[in-house]
Amino acid sequence: MPIAREHDLHRRRLSRNVGVGLTLVAFILLVFGLTIAKVQRGGTIEAFDHSFRPGLAERHERGQGQ
Amino acid sequence: MTDIRADSATQAGEAGFGDYVALLKPRVMSLVVFTAVVGLLVAPGSIHPFVAFASIVFVALGAGASGALNMWWDADIDRVMRRTARRPVPAGRVQPGEALAIGLALSGISVVMLGLAANLLSAGLLAFTIFFYAVIYSMWLKRATPQNIVIGGAAGAFPPMIGWAVATGSVGIEALLMFALILIWTPPHFWALALFMKDDYHKAGVPMLTVTHGRAATRRHILGYTLLLVPAAVGLGFTAIGGAVYLAAALVLNLIFLRGAIRIVRRDEAAAEADGYATEKRFFRFSLTYLFLHFGALLAQAAAGAWLFGG
Repeated sequence: MPIAREHDLHRRRLSRNVGVGLTLVAFILLVFGLTIAKVQRGGTIEAFDHSFRPGLAERHERGQGQ
Repeated sequence: MTDIRADSATQAGEAGFGDYVALLKPRVMSLVVFTAVVGLLVAPGSIHPFVAFASIVFVALGAGASGALNMWWDADIDRVMRRTARRPVPAGRVQPGEALAIGLALSGISVVMLGLAANLLSAGLLAFTIFFYAVIYSMWLKRATPQNIVIGGAAGAFPPMIGWAVATGSVGIEALLMFALILIWTPPHFWALALFMKDDYHKAGVPMLTVTHGRAATRRHILGYTLLLVPAAVGLGFTAIGGAVYLAAALVLNLIFLRGAIRIVRRDEAAAEADGYATEKRFFRFSLTYLFLHFGALLAQAAAGAWLFGG
C-alpha cells in the first residue's frame, strides 16, 4: 500500500505536534501572566542589593530586636 | 510511486494529542477542578485572579499527572476490564514508558509551579495527593484490600483543601469538612458501580468489596457510609462557609441519597438482575449529581453572602 498524503499516521502526528506546541505556548503565557500578576502585587520583592534602603534597614533592626 | 508500507506496530504506538489528553483522565480532572475552584472561592482572603487561575491549572495538571501514573501502573488490569480496555495504554496507542514519563514530568511541573504561584502548603498538599493516588492507592491498596476505595478516596478529597490552602495559606475546619464530604462519598459511589459492573473487578482480580465480602455485604456498606456521609455534609452547613442556601440543598440531597441507599440495601441480587440493576445505576448517577450540587450550593451560599453583605 503506498503512503497516501493524508495517512492516519500523519494525521495523528500532526495533532500531537500541534497539541504539544500549543500546550507549550499556553505554558509560556501562563508563566508570563503569573510574573505580571506577582510584580503588580510585589510589595515584598524589595531586597538588599548593596545599596542603602532605610525601609529595609528599619525592618531588619526590628527583626533583630524581637 | 513508492512502495513503503506504514508499519502497523508503529501506528499502534503513534499517539495523537487526544490520547495524551485521555491519559490525564479529563473527566476526573473536571471534578478535581470544580471542587478545587469551590474550595478557593469560598475561602476567606483575597488572591489575584490570575494567580488563582494559574493555581487551578496546576492543580488540574497534578490531577492529570496522577491519572497518567495510575494508567501506567494499572495497564495490565485495565486491559482485562471492559470499562477501561479502551484507555490509551491498554489499547496500545500510548506506550507504558511514555505514560510514566508524562506522569512524572507533569507531577514535578505542577507541584513546583503551584509552589511558585501560590504557596508551599498547597504545593505540599498537591505533591502528597499525587503520591497518595499513584503509590498508596494504585500500587498498594487497590490490589491488596477491599478497603481500597475507602482509603484511596482521600486522593480525590484533597482538591478543595488545596484550593482553600491556595487562598488562605492554611487549612481550616471548613477545608477538613469538604475533604470529609468527598472522602465518605467515594465508597458508596464506587460500590454502586461495582454492583452493576460485576464481572469487571472479578476478572481483573481487584479485591473489591463485592468480590471479597459478597454483594449483600456491599449493599450494607453503602448504607453504612451513607449514614456517615449525612452528618459530614449537613455539618458543613454550620461552619463559616455554610448557611441557609447550603443547608436547604444539603438536606434535600442527603434525604434523596439516603433513600437510594435504603432501596439498595433492601434489594437482593434476584431483584437487581430482574430490572438490570436499575436502582444501583440510578444511585450511581445521582451520586455524581449529589457531589456536584453540594459544591454548587457552597458557591451559591458564598454568592448569596456576597450579595447580602456587599462582599
